Parts: sequence; C-alpha cells; structure tokens
Amino acid sequence: MNSISGSFGVIVRKEFSDYMRSWKAIILIVIIVLTCMGSLYTALGNIGEAVKQGGTDDSFLFLKLFTVSDGALPSFAVFIGFLGPLLGIALGFDAINTEQNKGTLSRLLSQPIYRDYIINAKCVSALFVIGTMLFSLGFLMMGFGLIFIGIPPTAEEFSRIVIFLLLSMVYIALWLNLALFFSVRSKQPATSALSGIAVWLFFSVFYNIILNVVGRALSPSSMAMPDQIVHYQRFMMNLLRFSPGELFQEVTMTMLMPSVRSLGPLTFEQVDGAIPSPLPLGQSLLVVWPQLTGLIAITLIFFMLAYVSFMRKEVRSR
Amino acid sequence: MSQQVIELTGLSKRYGNFTAVDNLHLEIRKGEIFGLLGPNGAGKSTTILMILGLTEPSEGSVSVCGINSTTHPVEVKRKVGYLPEDVGFYEDMTGMENLVYTASLNGIPRPEACEKAALLLNRVGLGGEMKKRTGKYSKGMRQRLGLADVLIKDPEIIILDEPTSGIDPAGVQDFIHLILHLSHENGLTVLFSSHHLNQVQQVCDRVGLFDKGRLLTVIDINELHKKPGELEEMYNRYLGGNKHE
Repeated sequence: MNSISGSFGVIVRKEFSDYMRSWKAIILIVIIVLTCMGSLYTALGNIGEAVKQGGTDDSFLFLKLFTVSDGALPSFAVFIGFLGPLLGIALGFDAINTEQNKGTLSRLLSQPIYRDYIINAKCVSALFVIGTMLFSLGFLMMGFGLIFIGIPPTAEEFSRIVIFLLLSMVYIALWLNLALFFSVRSKQPATSALSGIAVWLFFSVFYNIILNVVGRALSPSSMAMPDQIVHYQRFMMNLLRFSPGELFQEVTMTMLMPSVRSLGPLTFEQVDGAIPSPLPLGQSLLVVWPQLTGLIAITLIFFMLAYVSFMRKEVRSR
Repeated sequence: MSQQVIELTGLSKRYGNFTAVDNLHLEIRKGEIFGLLGPNGAGKSTTILMILGLTEPSEGSVSVCGINSTTHPVEVKRKVGYLPEDVGFYEDMTGMENLVYTASLNGIPRPEACEKAALLLNRVGLGGEMKKRTGKYSKGMRQRLGLADVLIKDPEIIILDEPTSGIDPAGVQDFIHLILHLSHENGLTVLFSSHHLNQVQQVCDRVGLFDKGRLLTVIDINELHKKPGELEEMYNRYLGGNKHE
C-alpha cells in the first residue's frame, strides 16, 4: 500500500517538473509576472493619489497595491482575473489526450497504480504550479510594497492578501478542471484548448452582452414601484453570478476593499444610519460566503466531471 | 507445467449492441507462450484489457494467478507486464529515464531501478542508446525498449499485443528471437496477440483462434508437425471466407 501511495508522489513530481519545463507554462508565467510587475509599478505610482482622495479604506494602504490602477494598466487583481483562466486552461487542455495520443497512457495504466492517480496527480501538480506562481507573485508584490511604501502590512491586511491568493488559486483551478474535462473528452489537444477558450470567451465577453439584451427586454418601466426595481436588479445580479468571473470579481473586491459592505442593491432604508467604516475580515468573509462557496462548488463540479469521464474512459493504445 | 495462471470464465464484453468478446472460456498454463490469433476486430485487445483489469467485463470473470482482475486490478498489474501495440514513451526523457520512471511506479528504489534498467537495456540491445531521448528512437528500438519496460518489474506474465506491427522484417525476426530468449531465460508465461500466422507459429506453444469476439478453437502448435502452411489452412478453415493474406 505504501508503494502505491508512493507511486502517486512519483507521478506528481514528474508532472510538476513537466509543467515547469513546458514552454506553454513558461510563456504564460512570464506574461503574468511581467503584467503584475507593471501593475505594481502603476500601483506604486498612484497610491499617493488614492490616499489623497480619502475614503474608508485609508487604514488599509497595503491592500491598495493590489487594487489601485491608473486606468491605463489594470490592477494586480484584475490581471489575475483575466489571465488566470488562461493559465488554468493552458495547464490542463492537453493533460490526458496527449498522453493517450503518445501511447503513454496505456503504459502508465498497466502499472500497479489506481487509475484515478493519473487525473488526481495531473490536477495536484498543476495546482502546485499555480500556487507557487501566485504566492511568489503575491509575496513579491508585498515585498516591493514594503520597500517602497515603508509601512508593513497589518495582520488583517496580510490575512486578506493570503485569502485573496487562495481564492485566486480556486478560480484558476476552476478553469484547470474544465480544461482537464475537455482533455479527457476530446481526442485532439487543439479541440480541447479551443473548447476551454470558447467557454472562457463566452463568460468574459458574450455573457455580458446577452445579459444586456435580456436586461433591456425585462427592464421595468419608469413608473415601476421600487420593489419591482429592486427585484429586477436582484434578478439581473443573480443571472450575472452564473459567470465564474463575476463571482471571482465580487470576492476579490470584498476581500481587498474592506469598505465594500454589500454586494446587492441597497435601499435608502438599509443605508440610512450606517457608519461608513471598513468591515472586519470575518464580516467581509460573511458577505462573500455565497460567492465563495459557489466558486468552490463549480470548481469541484468541473473536477468531478473530469474525474468521472476519465474513470469511464476506455483506454487503448493510440 | 499444468498450473493455470490465467483463467477466463464465460467472459463477455458488450458495447451497446456490439459484442466484442462473446462467452470466452480459456486457460493459460504457467510458462507457456500462448498466441491470440485473429483478424483485426476479433476481440483480442479487448480480452487483454479485461485480463489487465483496464476494462470491466459485461459478464464472466478473469483470474490471474488466482486474483480477480476486475476487483483487484492493481494486484494483477503487479504480476503482469503489458506491451501495447504501439507503445509510447515520454519523448523528452531518455530510454534509461523512462525505465527508471516505470520502476519507481512499481516501488523499486532508484539505485536498484538504475541498475536494473541498465541491465535490461543491454539485454534488449539498447545498451548504447540508453542516454538518447526516446523521441529519436526508431519504431523497432521503441518496441525493444517496451520489452525492457515490461520486464523491469519482474513480472510472472507478459502480454504482448501486436508487438511487431510497424517493424521491418529483419527487426521482426530479431524481436521474436528476443521474446523467445527472454521467456525461456526467465520462465515467463507469455500471451502473444497477433494477426500474423507465421509469427504465432514461430513463437507460440498453443494458439487460440479468435473471430468476431469468439474463441473458435485452441491449437497445439507441436501437433501441427511444424508443417509450413498448416496453421494457415486451419485458420482459413475456421474463419471461412475471412481468408488470411
């Protein structure tokens, strides 16, 4: 039994080293590192302006490194939200079908290992790559921030950044698992890559366009009661939340901007009398709990789809 | 010699309405070289997948060294080495590295794995190529490496599924001699699947004739008096219009 579990470690190590040496991963990681360095540069250049404008987040100066932008170059958080899915897809789209096309899958499966070790190891090793990259970047940002701002992060800021990095991992894992699923289902890596990119494009571009059309069609008249307008807004927001990118954006915004107190439409009655102070970490987590569990659930569903498809797959030599 | 190492009992595999293997009963003895002979699509590869526990039978059972393949595939795969028709290797790794990787999946410690891999590479005639990336290996070299890969875990049984397809005639003869030599030297039980009559006749002790998922007959090669063409005659007689070219 020990040798079997040892085999899992052997596969993970091999996959991790393959990922780290593959050109596709190296290119994407370099792009992400460069763009994040660009974000850091603009954040450091504009952080003074952001503080001068004043606001409830002034006590969380360190977090602004991850959210401030000059408008020309997006912030670190926005970059991760945009390029993260591409990294996930790049790591997963050819994980299984390439093994099958090269004839290594049947050889691997004829060894005394459980079948699910292969897909689990592919996922775990890709998560190691994603985690290593995200935490290296995050800590690099914090390190540079510390040097340039001269103020160390508070424990809460540090916790919020670590939670943000973990959530980014979950978000990228979501796309990784979707790509893994396509790599099990499609024989050709190009087909699985295109399928993954098509889903990503749909949710990042076309879904919003479709919702705009739906929103216009369902929009209440100017004579509508406030209840109807609130109901309509909630309905549209819920539709928007079918997009993983939207869920990630809401979670990121709440974790990195403690002044965000709610993610839905607010009435004057709800706002009246509220003190405009930042939320503590626990309260911010409560605000994004549905989005958080939703993201994790979608990630697990995609992994389950990939897992079940792989376990049911009939593996023959090429 | 009479001990059964592989027992297939009422084995069937269906994909929807298509029956790939139909009620197969077969026993393979320890130390023999058994041939699975039949045209493409006869059910040979599906039978092999079921023996390895890589696909579940629709009916019946497979026992390898007394272990049920369907319920305990990992234990079976410890005892069985499998060389698929077109074996694949990680092309950015050398022949040696590929073998060491297989060995580590079988729980063999690295120093021992390196030693065994070097020994096996020499035995299959790839001693001079062990540090070459497998992406640069010819088809024949890959099949030889496949044989070394199969042997690195010291299996009791080896299954070779169309191992000579795509190799030039001289390479085929070399490969067949290698199989005979290694099986006699190590006392291995070999399951040799092929659709080439001459190869099967040259290598095997007994042959099972397959067609349309059914085992038509089992022929003892020694009883054929080694007459050239006799197996072909039997093959054509059993397979009717499906003449072998």
